[in-house]
Amino acid sequence: MSDNNIILHDMCLRDGMHAKKEQISVEQMVKVAKAMDDAGVPYIQVTHGAGLGGNSLQHGFALASNEEYISAVAEAVKQTIISVLLIPGLGTMKELKSAYESGARSVHVATHCTEADTSPQHIAFARELGMDTSGFLMMSHLNTPQGLTEQALLMESYGANTVYITDSAGFMLPEDVTEVITRLRGELKPETEIGFHGHHNMALGVSNSVAAIKAGATRIDASVAGLGAGAGNTPLEVLAAVLERMGIPTGLDLFKLMDIAEDVITPMMDHMVRIDRDSLTLGYAGVYSTFLLHAKKAAEKYGISARDILVELGRKKMIGGQEDMIQDTAMTLAKEKGLLKEAV
Amino acid sequence: MKKIKCALIGSGNIGTDLMYKVMRSEWLEPVWMVGIDPESEGLARAAKMGLKTTAEGVDGLLPHVEEDGIQIAFDATSAYVHAENSRKLNAKGVMMIDLTPAAIGPLCVPPVNLKEHADKQEMNVNMISCAGQATIPIVNAVAQVQGVEYAEIIASLSSKSIGAGTRANLDEFTFTTSNAIEKVGGAKKGKALAIINPADPPIIMRNTIYCLTEGEPDEVAIRDSVLKMIEEVQKYVPGYKLVNGPTFDGNKVAVFMEVAGLGDYLPKYAGNLDIMTAAATRTAEMFAEEIANGTITLTPTEAA
Repeated sequence: MSDNNIILHDMCLRDGMHAKKEQISVEQMVKVAKAMDDAGVPYIQVTHGAGLGGNSLQHGFALASNEEYISAVAEAVKQTIISVLLIPGLGTMKELKSAYESGARSVHVATHCTEADTSPQHIAFARELGMDTSGFLMMSHLNTPQGLTEQALLMESYGANTVYITDSAGFMLPEDVTEVITRLRGELKPETEIGFHGHHNMALGVSNSVAAIKAGATRIDASVAGLGAGAGNTPLEVLAAVLERMGIPTGLDLFKLMDIAEDVITPMMDHMVRIDRDSLTLGYAGVYSTFLLHAKKAAEKYGISARDILVELGRKKMIGGQEDMIQDTAMTLAKEKGLLKEAV
Repeated sequence: MKKIKCALIGSGNIGTDLMYKVMRSEWLEPVWMVGIDPESEGLARAAKMGLKTTAEGVDGLLPHVEEDGIQIAFDATSAYVHAENSRKLNAKGVMMIDLTPAAIGPLCVPPVNLKEHADKQEMNVNMISCAGQATIPIVNAVAQVQGVEYAEIIASLSSKSIGAGTRANLDEFTFTTSNAIEKVGGAKKGKALAIINPADPPIIMRNTIYCLTEGEPDEVAIRDSVLKMIEEVQKYVPGYKLVNGPTFDGNKVAVFMEVAGLGDYLPKYAGNLDIMTAAATRTAEMFAEEIANGTITLTPTEAA
């Protein structure tokens, strides 16, 4: 096990935007960020759920621009570092530069787990700006440990100082996490850090994060009260408590985190972020967690069950960013069931 | 009828697929394939098909332009070298069809504005991007009915169909396509999103087009205009197909399309490759037809 401190990175003001249909206000973000700063959280990620460039018909429009969120939060915190998410194909270097100018100093450059070679210009540019730069391999369960290692080595070669295994669907089991992180630790440069980002769709967010740490990961993404896509991210206060019991230093004030979860985040939730039949289906079928609320909406509109839509999306191997295919799939299923007439 | 002689620059996926389409054309004859790697599979394939080849880049082609009567060249290399290629060939009176994101010439989507470019005798036209060719006709079909405040397109492409150049320069793809949604599509503001999906067997190219109309959408007129436009595109891309929609939700119009290729070089899932090469071929044919009729005469441009 590593002797280094484990860096916990909170996601509730970015991944949590998915669970709030992008409707967290600047004021709410500032309030949460101040409380996290006070609890000693070293990194918090903010902005639209889909990150830079995320404001769109595909992913919804947030209440404020990403720059407004970043600058308000950056101004409000004392120690916490503000991070952002950049998915090439959606966000561009232009938006990364403006996020940096607004106060972001860390970035997750995210690609699907087989497409790392779409990120070289963005990773290099983030490093050029002097940002803490992570390569973020989404939907990691769709690649083998060998394949993930090759992708991680690419991101490292572009300049990433951390590479993340990202369980976007909450599908991975602890032994899968152990296997891939052990392999990465053996093949990446010693100074390259390894991160893990879990989702709680099968209630494995905490155990998977612990497995990652035991295998050599030093950066873990989690979210206070689990506010995030699907059944949420790994709940930060729960993970912090477990790590404290294990004697792994995190530098966080556990009781303050518990209070933020209970008194600030939970009252903000529009629905209880928890494991229900639809979020469990995400984990079970290996579907991108963000699809959850879109599928529920399409289900209601076309009279198909959300679970049927999610299973079909999993079968068609749709990946993060293909939210348009949720309505499309719902319509096609509705036609097959005679609930919707042919378009032409 | 005398066919117009063409050179293909770039022997990768796009150049090779283009070769098959140009060979079938009744207006065009591919004569040269230009590459930079003597070992490239694309050059070997072109030589086998009877084309003259050079691995010396455009400079290897220039001495043969006059004697072989080359009048149209397709550039499927990269944005970085296109301007220089175009300058050298234009100076010899060769018209350039640009399949890179360089976009130094006017942007062309055949059913929307090809005629206009041919009438103006442009010496360089740009084909935008595969996503642009697949979605801008639909944006334009809506814009012909009423004002489009904002248009957004999502292109899902199979991983196997995306070459190294596009991967390493995804931002250029995004910028060029977004700009063309405005300039050619007619939307006040445009945004393009690209998703590369590695599923095996590969997914067929999918495109979703969203438009926000000014005022309440005229559903009947928009549906008619979209269906008519799809027929226009189908004239050169038979696999261009409506899957769902148009749907109307407030002032948001959504159209869900797929593009199956002809399977000339890459298999049918790579509709993105086809729509680009088919649009480029269609564009060249329009110019060739007018050159053959004597409606337009290509003249060498002064070196800038």
